[in-house]
Amino acid sequence: MKAEAKLEFQTSTAPKTGADLLIDLLIKEGVDTLFGYPGGAVLPIYDAIYRAQKSIKHVLFRHEQGMIHAAEGYARITGKPGVVIATSGPGATNLVTGITDAMMDSLPLVIFTGQVARTVIGTDAFQEADVMAITTPITKHNYQVQSVTDLPRIVKEAFHIASTGRPGPVLVDVPKDISSEILTVIPGNAAMDLPGYQPTIKPNPLQIRKLAEALPKAKKPVILSGAGVLHAKASAELTAFAEKHKIPVVTTLLGLGTFPADSPLSLGMGGMHGTYAANMALYESDLLINFGARFDDRLTGNLKHFAPFAKVAHIDIDPAEIGKNVPTQIPIVADAKVALTQLIEEAANSPSHEDWLETLNQNKKDFPLWYQHDPNGMSPQWLIEAVHKVTNGNAIVATDVGQHQMWAAQFYNFNHPHRWITSGGLGTMGFGFPAAIGAQMAEPDSTVVAIVGDAGFQMTLQELSVIYERNLPVKIIIVNNGALGMVRQWQELQYDNRISESLLHTQPDFVKLAESYGIRGAKIDNQEDLVASLPELMAYDGPVLIDARVLQKEKVFPMVAPGKGLHEMIGVKPE
Amino acid sequence: MKRIITLTVQDRSGVLNRVTGLLQRRQFNISSISVGPTESEGISKMTLVVEVEDEQRLEQVTKQLNKQIDVLKVSDITDKAIVARELALIKVSSGSQLRSEINGLIDPFRAIIVDVCKESITVQVTGKPEKIDALIELLKPFGIKEIARTGLTAFLRGHQPQVNDLAAYSLTK
Repeated sequence: MKAEAKLEFQTSTAPKTGADLLIDLLIKEGVDTLFGYPGGAVLPIYDAIYRAQKSIKHVLFRHEQGMIHAAEGYARITGKPGVVIATSGPGATNLVTGITDAMMDSLPLVIFTGQVARTVIGTDAFQEADVMAITTPITKHNYQVQSVTDLPRIVKEAFHIASTGRPGPVLVDVPKDISSEILTVIPGNAAMDLPGYQPTIKPNPLQIRKLAEALPKAKKPVILSGAGVLHAKASAELTAFAEKHKIPVVTTLLGLGTFPADSPLSLGMGGMHGTYAANMALYESDLLINFGARFDDRLTGNLKHFAPFAKVAHIDIDPAEIGKNVPTQIPIVADAKVALTQLIEEAANSPSHEDWLETLNQNKKDFPLWYQHDPNGMSPQWLIEAVHKVTNGNAIVATDVGQHQMWAAQFYNFNHPHRWITSGGLGTMGFGFPAAIGAQMAEPDSTVVAIVGDAGFQMTLQELSVIYERNLPVKIIIVNNGALGMVRQWQELQYDNRISESLLHTQPDFVKLAESYGIRGAKIDNQEDLVASLPELMAYDGPVLIDARVLQKEKVFPMVAPGKGLHEMIGVKPE
Repeated sequence: MKRIITLTVQDRSGVLNRVTGLLQRRQFNISSISVGPTESEGISKMTLVVEVEDEQRLEQVTKQLNKQIDVLKVSDITDKAIVARELALIKVSSGSQLRSEINGLIDPFRAIIVDVCKESITVQVTGKPEKIDALIELLKPFGIKEIARTGLTAFLRGHQPQVNDLAAYSLTK
């Protein structure tokens, strides 16, 4: 009898399920962190996570939107796919904003959603949503697992597709009966089967030569550097190329940090709230070399007036981006790093363009970024500069969307790549704070600052629980102007000052809010106090929330008004 | 301009949804679409007829289609030597006294009558869309009750003439 009981005890350890297999596959892919939220359809997966807790870390967020933005922040910093797990129905639909954001900004994510059992798919079962149809236009690819034997291949393909070529989100929908299926045979390694997916990495040498030959003929060359340079980890090559030929560099919003802002060749950010020098360089240029930017409308302004005199060379890993918005004379489909390396070898002769450099330098001198100082209050731009100073410009900065985002882009001089996390394409409010959490998880020892607005922060502030629980020392700076500042700015400028629903008349006491989560809070409303306390707050070993009260009326300048060309900037100088 | 684009795709769930969703999202107008299996197992062929404004938009649609993981090949075959066919079923009101007249009318189109009842007959015709349009015009006076068309399907002819002996090699380039 005794012996039998013992035997029973041994066999009662749970057998291997489809979910166990899935977690094994994730570990094999080198996944160290799961951004997740449990629910009915993923219970088997969470049971497997429980069993594997020694080998893989799971971080429980408080809302699916928060966790997917965190996964985006993690992906932006590491270059590795952020791995997300959510349940079926509402769990999956809560991810939609983050998936779209990752699609627009080419961030690698692998997302696992639970699904109701195959037998009830299509019957409007409890917590059933057509996740495949919902996510088809917002994913690079998506799968619904139809058999547990497909799982090894699908997981391998999902990670491959998400992280190669132009990165993007891949979703895998896992029906509950698949994840709970008890495996009698463990499916072994599987080969990928992707005949229709072969990203072009190496450039056509003829096209590289064409660009190398155009270089010495140019009188007004300019480089536009976008996020493709980040994905290719090609900042060093870009810098070498620009310096070799003394070509000035404009970065896009997402491309900040791809080229050192302090370099004499740097013109800063281009576009709607870019610098005068950058936009005029794009406008007047006769050779525009775009590395990994997609000529987004916020960058180009009115396309009719964009780079009207330029021969355009466009290096992009995604052929569909070339020629999409701007006619391109030298198209180069390639990884930016490989293209730059070949270009550095191939291009022997530099342009002679001292006049051009002089003009641009004069523009930089005559029309620098500017703002109003107020000795009694705190200018938001001054605040960003103060944060730069205290962090020595080395922090990872994550922002939300709006005025504070533009000020951070303008005034936190980025000299290094992979230090800047922002929602560029989709412009997602609520992105910044959770994205900072993901970045801090990726680099626990780095200073991570979440620069957010008072409105956007309130969209995902529930994740304060996560930074408290995990003691993630994220420094949150709320650039608090009591308004949806960018909306208010547009209403002032474009809608004849009709301020419609863009002021937040009621706000929580952010300091008490932080404290209620167990987090240190501080409210600062003048420059003097900020100078006095910021170094200590930033050095504090734990999360801190700073409610920084800034001047309410401040606007983001300079500006290219909607419908205007880059050469028609307003607010280039103080009035 | 109307373009005929053929896609070779992997026969996986969701691929049709991806293709049509993409065209809708990027504001391309689909005139017709037909899908069917090919000689290789697991591979399907789609024939799209799309309305595009210019060469740049055409390039964009083929590039976007090419980006889809399950799409293996995209070809714009409009300017090539191709075989292109559509099938239509046309139900025409017709008492017995008109049948011979209709018969004589459809004969040059090599169309056939595939269903007959007291009040109507059904004509089946295959050919290029313009030919089908022409027959429909001719049948209209009799009273058309219903039309079902398959959409165009097409592929390259076995022999492609050299560029210099094809007068209308390209209308767009």
